[in-house]
Amino acid sequence: MILPVLLWSDLLIYTLIASVGLFLWQLRKNPQAKKRWSGVFSSKVGMASFIVILFYILISLLDSLHFRESLPRLENSSHQEVAYSSDVKSVLDKVLIRLNSRNESTYSAPFSLHSFAKENMTDANGSVYRDYPRLKNGGSHLNDADERAWDVLWRSLLAIIAGMIIAAIPIGLHRYYLARKKEKGLASNNSIPWHVAYICVTLISIIACWMLSLSEFYHILGTDKVGEDVLYQSIKAIRTGVLIGTLATLVTLPLAIILGISAGYFKGWVDDVVQYIYTTLSSIPGILLIAASVLLIDVYIETHSEQFNLTTLRSDFKFLALCGILGLTSWTGLCRMLRAETLKVSQLDYVQAAHAFGVSHRRVIGKHILPNVTHLILIAIVLDFSMFVLAEAVLSYIGVGVDPDMYSWGNMINAARSELSRDPVVWWSVSAAFILMFTLVLAANLFSDEVRNAFDPNTAKGDA
Amino acid sequence: MKTSQTVLSVKNLHVHAGSLELVKGVSFDIKQGEIFALVGESGSGKSLTSLSIMRLLPEVLTITSGSVVFAQRKLFELTETQMNSVRGKKIAMIFQEPQTSLNPVQTIGVQLQEVLKLHQHIADAGLQEKLVALLQEVGMPDPIARLKWYPHQLSGGQKQRVMIAMALACEPELLVADEPTTALDVTIQRQILELLNNLRKSRNLSVLLITHDMGVVAEMADTVAVMQQGKIIEQADCQTFFANPQHEYSQRLINSLPKSDDFIDACESEPILEVKDLKVWFAKKKGILQRTFGHTKAVDGVSFNVRKGETLAIVGESGSGKTTMGKAILRLNPVHSGSIVFKGKELNGLSHSEFLPHRRDIQVIFQDPFSSMNPRMSVREIIEEGMVSLKVEVSAIKREKIMCALLTRVGLEPDHLDRYPHEFSGGQRQRIAIARALAVKPQLIICDEPTSALDVSIRGQVLELLNELQQETGVSLLFITHDLSIVPHLAHRVAVMKDGVIVEQGTTEQVMTAPVHEYTQALLKAVPALYSR
Repeated sequence: MILPVLLWSDLLIYTLIASVGLFLWQLRKNPQAKKRWSGVFSSKVGMASFIVILFYILISLLDSLHFRESLPRLENSSHQEVAYSSDVKSVLDKVLIRLNSRNESTYSAPFSLHSFAKENMTDANGSVYRDYPRLKNGGSHLNDADERAWDVLWRSLLAIIAGMIIAAIPIGLHRYYLARKKEKGLASNNSIPWHVAYICVTLISIIACWMLSLSEFYHILGTDKVGEDVLYQSIKAIRTGVLIGTLATLVTLPLAIILGISAGYFKGWVDDVVQYIYTTLSSIPGILLIAASVLLIDVYIETHSEQFNLTTLRSDFKFLALCGILGLTSWTGLCRMLRAETLKVSQLDYVQAAHAFGVSHRRVIGKHILPNVTHLILIAIVLDFSMFVLAEAVLSYIGVGVDPDMYSWGNMINAARSELSRDPVVWWSVSAAFILMFTLVLAANLFSDEVRNAFDPNTAKGDA
Repeated sequence: MKTSQTVLSVKNLHVHAGSLELVKGVSFDIKQGEIFALVGESGSGKSLTSLSIMRLLPEVLTITSGSVVFAQRKLFELTETQMNSVRGKKIAMIFQEPQTSLNPVQTIGVQLQEVLKLHQHIADAGLQEKLVALLQEVGMPDPIARLKWYPHQLSGGQKQRVMIAMALACEPELLVADEPTTALDVTIQRQILELLNNLRKSRNLSVLLITHDMGVVAEMADTVAVMQQGKIIEQADCQTFFANPQHEYSQRLINSLPKSDDFIDACESEPILEVKDLKVWFAKKKGILQRTFGHTKAVDGVSFNVRKGETLAIVGESGSGKTTMGKAILRLNPVHSGSIVFKGKELNGLSHSEFLPHRRDIQVIFQDPFSSMNPRMSVREIIEEGMVSLKVEVSAIKREKIMCALLTRVGLEPDHLDRYPHEFSGGQRQRIAIARALAVKPQLIICDEPTSALDVSIRGQVLELLNELQQETGVSLLFITHDLSIVPHLAHRVAVMKDGVIVEQGTTEQVMTAPVHEYTQALLKAVPALYSR
């Protein structure tokens, strides 16, 4: 028996996915927008970075299906109702169950068979000596440490083959679908570099297979201070990163769009008020504002502890609040750009012509202004996304970020502060966080570049 | 003058962009002291030819074959360093836009000095006199003081003079002038052309004049070459060319110039629009409280009326307030005072919603066919917009019919409805703009320079279309233009505007043949006309 748990952030992320789906469905009607998007995907970089982002989003979606497991009934309990564990799990936890459940006692290096720290042990004769103990789970199936290299190699080979086979299934299906489409005489858009997509999918599948199969026997990214698997932590942190990027961007958008466009369009006192607000807001140091708000929320949680009976609920609330605060403090840039662009666009002849036709303000904004500033919004969305992912890491590092209970790259980096000063250095935790975050941010930035190329009227190709 | 030796000789020049051939074997010779005019419409490859001579082509374009011989040197065989000494020193260039060719943060004295120092090694002592002499030569008033001015303090014509002075600074043998007067007003254009002509004589300079304006050619050139689609299709000396053009395209170019002695009779019907003492002032504001301390008087007391089925041309140079006035009638600009009476009803002072019914009656066609249509809307949406918001036609099926009929009427196909503006050329876009204005069945259309962004031959077609539509529908036109040459063919009456006031108005024949005001006389004299020599 399980009890589904719907966190607020889960709800938001699924609404967001649904609305993106709806937007794409709407897009089918607009040939020009369709052409531009296919321009994004017909570039190799765009395609590859999109697939990487998609993989991250998929993981975070899996991690957003939460539930509580029922506890085994106590023998002497007379209650009929089922008791549920206070530990909220996600579907991803089930997938990674082997990673989650095999903790060590403290640090261990990647692929290591021994612990990182010496311990007192007793040998067969009963005398006490100090040495690096064997790990409970990492490589425990090996009898001899020398077998490790061959074992890893052999298992890697198997995993790579498995990964290829798994990747072959969707690729084969897709090729079959394309062939069927061609047979029916439907002209398919052959400018899309499917081979890049295939290579990407295969690579991702191989890496995923390799990690999953090897991590059953080793800690491939080592363990942290309390012996928890680092790979597990960094995968769990994906949800935090992706969510903070999307949700915080989502908060900035309505503010920036409504205020920016109305300032540029109506001018006069509206413009004055909006400009006053954003000049004031952007002259307050952002970190200060965020730190103050986070402290406020901490106090709120303390005083309303009855509302947050689960740790997950508490950290989720804090996380959402952080998204909100990040969004509220960083809409000024986009707002300013939109105001300037609207000022420019609203002076163009076609807007004047619309006025001459007596078109209402709402329609002028909706039909003439908004579509012609969308490129700015789209570019800002993708750029802000990577900015927020990085901002989360910075905030968690200085201690005003997400709840310490929540897995996040920022928290991992924060922990690395002391790890990096040890001798020998504990490098794997910070490296894992760095690599995963770097991949996501790089993919998002590359994708934003492609979006900019396709949508910015100054660089758009093949458009007069 | 014509017997002198050849300065520049271009032979069989080909320029490619990828696999696309843009200049297809151009050959011509320029003699010393000659003005050689290269004429053609936009996209004919005339600017590319001049850039290839200078070896200044953008990287995507390559010269694939041909040779350019300048003063016995083959330019395509020189190294880049050698070429640099030819550029500027031997061949100088002036561009269309003097605004963008001057550095805005340096005084013109500094910029001129730089050129002089680079090409002629003059000691600092003689520099000042040399600069003053140069400015004097290009007819700059008060040259000593002007040397300390910044480009933004100069007018467009003065900037072009500075550009010419810069080009002359290194005493070139050939001057390449790429549309040197297109961005200037008629009266200024006249001065610059005269300056070029004088310099040519005093310095025995050769000039390669690139232009699309046959009037300028007729007045200036010794030899004419007509370019079309990357080829020179006709080349002759100026007199023979205009007396007896050989190629059919040249004939069309010459004929597309409206004749200046063919006037339309003024029509006598009741006025549809009466404007009395219209003032459009923009407040100058200052301080935190945005206190008004003065006004910029863009339009300062203008009175005229437009009769039913008549075209009134408002003629004036840039900055004379003619566009501002047009927008004020459309209520796109605020009116300071005065009255606008449309069909007996006072429009000034009506509220936004009270004015809405009149939106239908007064429509507008803008100058720039590229910015006047929303690039994200299909032609259907563009034309339909006014009909929907002004409730001209509620039924979608009838709207579709009207739109198809309109498109056919303006010379496009009904299946163009679902295309987007960027798929059309400038002339076609202007036709769509006309269809859009006509869709709401207006009684007055304000045409704000609808042809100034178009090529000559297309300009003629669009004007012809407007004329026909006026005869069919009896619509009145308020035609705002800076181009006097199209007025006789088009307008029943003319009003000449200068500095926000109308200095003269009357029937076209009256104004064009017997102008009273001296400004009108100056304007008329400045128009480059055919057969003037």
